[in-house]
Amino acid sequence: MADRPLIARLDDITLAYGERVVLQNMSLDIVEGAITCIVGLSGAGKSTILRLLNGLRKATSGRVIVKGQDLSQLSENELIDLRRSIGFSFQFAALFDSMTVYENVALPLRENTTLGEEEIRHRIMDALETVGLTGSETKFPAELSGGMVKRVGFARAIITNPDLVLYDEPTTGSDPIITHLLTDTIIRLRSKLGGTAVVVSHDLQSIFMMADYVAMLFEGAIIAYGELDKVRSSPNPIVQQFLQGSEVGPIPI
Amino acid sequence: MSANPLETVGRETTELLEYVGGVAALGGESASMIARLRIRVAETFNQAYLLGVQSWSIVLLTSMFTGMVISLESAVQAVQYGFATLVGGAVAFGSFRELGPMLSAVVVAGRAGAAIAAELGSMVITEQIEALEALGLSPIRMLVVPRLVAMLIMMPVLTIFADIVSILGGAWLANQVAHIDYETFFLSVRQNTDMSDMLRGLVKSFVFAIIIVLIGCYQGLRTRQGAAGVGISTTGSVVISIILIFITNFLLSYVLFGQTFGG
Repeated sequence: MADRPLIARLDDITLAYGERVVLQNMSLDIVEGAITCIVGLSGAGKSTILRLLNGLRKATSGRVIVKGQDLSQLSENELIDLRRSIGFSFQFAALFDSMTVYENVALPLRENTTLGEEEIRHRIMDALETVGLTGSETKFPAELSGGMVKRVGFARAIITNPDLVLYDEPTTGSDPIITHLLTDTIIRLRSKLGGTAVVVSHDLQSIFMMADYVAMLFEGAIIAYGELDKVRSSPNPIVQQFLQGSEVGPIPI
Repeated sequence: MSANPLETVGRETTELLEYVGGVAALGGESASMIARLRIRVAETFNQAYLLGVQSWSIVLLTSMFTGMVISLESAVQAVQYGFATLVGGAVAFGSFRELGPMLSAVVVAGRAGAAIAAELGSMVITEQIEALEALGLSPIRMLVVPRLVAMLIMMPVLTIFADIVSILGGAWLANQVAHIDYETFFLSVRQNTDMSDMLRGLVKSFVFAIIIVLIGCYQGLRTRQGAAGVGISTTGSVVISIILIFITNFLLSYVLFGQTFGG
């Protein structure tokens, strides 16, 4: 349990797809204003946690509280309103192929706000400058490199100035230089917006750069949680094996 | 171990009912948005171009040759038996009531319906549909409604186009192979058909438009299993749409033209 104000809490969550249990009695606090990194093995259910936080998945049991609202009690329209206040950056950016960079980033503003085109243009240029993509407005996603695509995804996620941004594996598949650039972008965006970020990743260098809090997911439950240094010095052999990237230890390979 | 036949029948029945329910729900929600005028106009025009305008050439080819083949089959014999004045009517009658709407729908199902399923299926596997939901946007409003409205506009237009081309093709062939002059041919068209034949054919085209778009969108949106799943959805979209077009065409012919069958 964190002793700082929380923006979200997952309380005793179990989530199963038929016979396959993904999360079991899992609880996690998301501290307001901090970067929380969720780490764990591939396929452990980390991305599912992000989808629980913005209501794209429903838990089989347990409660998801976001900004003081129990998601299971919200109507579909209330859930849509909540989603509009949460930024989401997808693992492969999920940009719309038929739209330019500008149109991709503009979409949430055009569809969800009453802002005029001039204000929208101003915000987009500002967001693209923040992620280092000034001059790419007219390009289509197919014309961009992997790192650029992800940064457009970041820009789209933050364009409405959300106070909670969820990043799903933002550095996966990137080379070390792009990984550093993407991680640095997340840190700058959090500083600029002043909000909360939840980052799912298994990229240790990236996590050590940006995390305020770290939670490790293993076999459907959080086995370690706390500030970065606390988790790094955890005596739990599973945590240590993961952080050291060792083949030897209790984690079955 | 072989599957229990009853279990198989039960499972397949459940899947069929789920499918029908899913398509009906998609149609209901789309209709509700159209009724509330929640329509993205620019995207609707874009889809009208992609789905309708870009289909005109294949509709032209299929309907022209169909009109010509009806004429080929009927014209020479009709002249031999002294019924040359009926050839134009036969071609127009078949085109307005059956071949115009149905052939256009089958061709559009193969081209545009498949394109819809493939595009939406690709959007599912690349998380673009989930991205829309994460942005608080309805995939039905963003993707299904523009395609449905566009097809409701373009399908009747393509059908009228097919009717005209089919009759023109038939007239040309009747003239070439049976020496039926154009005046006789078009006089026969006017005497043996009326506007209601064409209008009732257009009613069919509206229904076919709904079938093509709802099946294409539903197949696309339920895509699973990566790239292979897109192929399965696309094939399913074409097969199911065409089967439904044939069944619906029979039912609509019975309802719309039923009173004329008894003489």
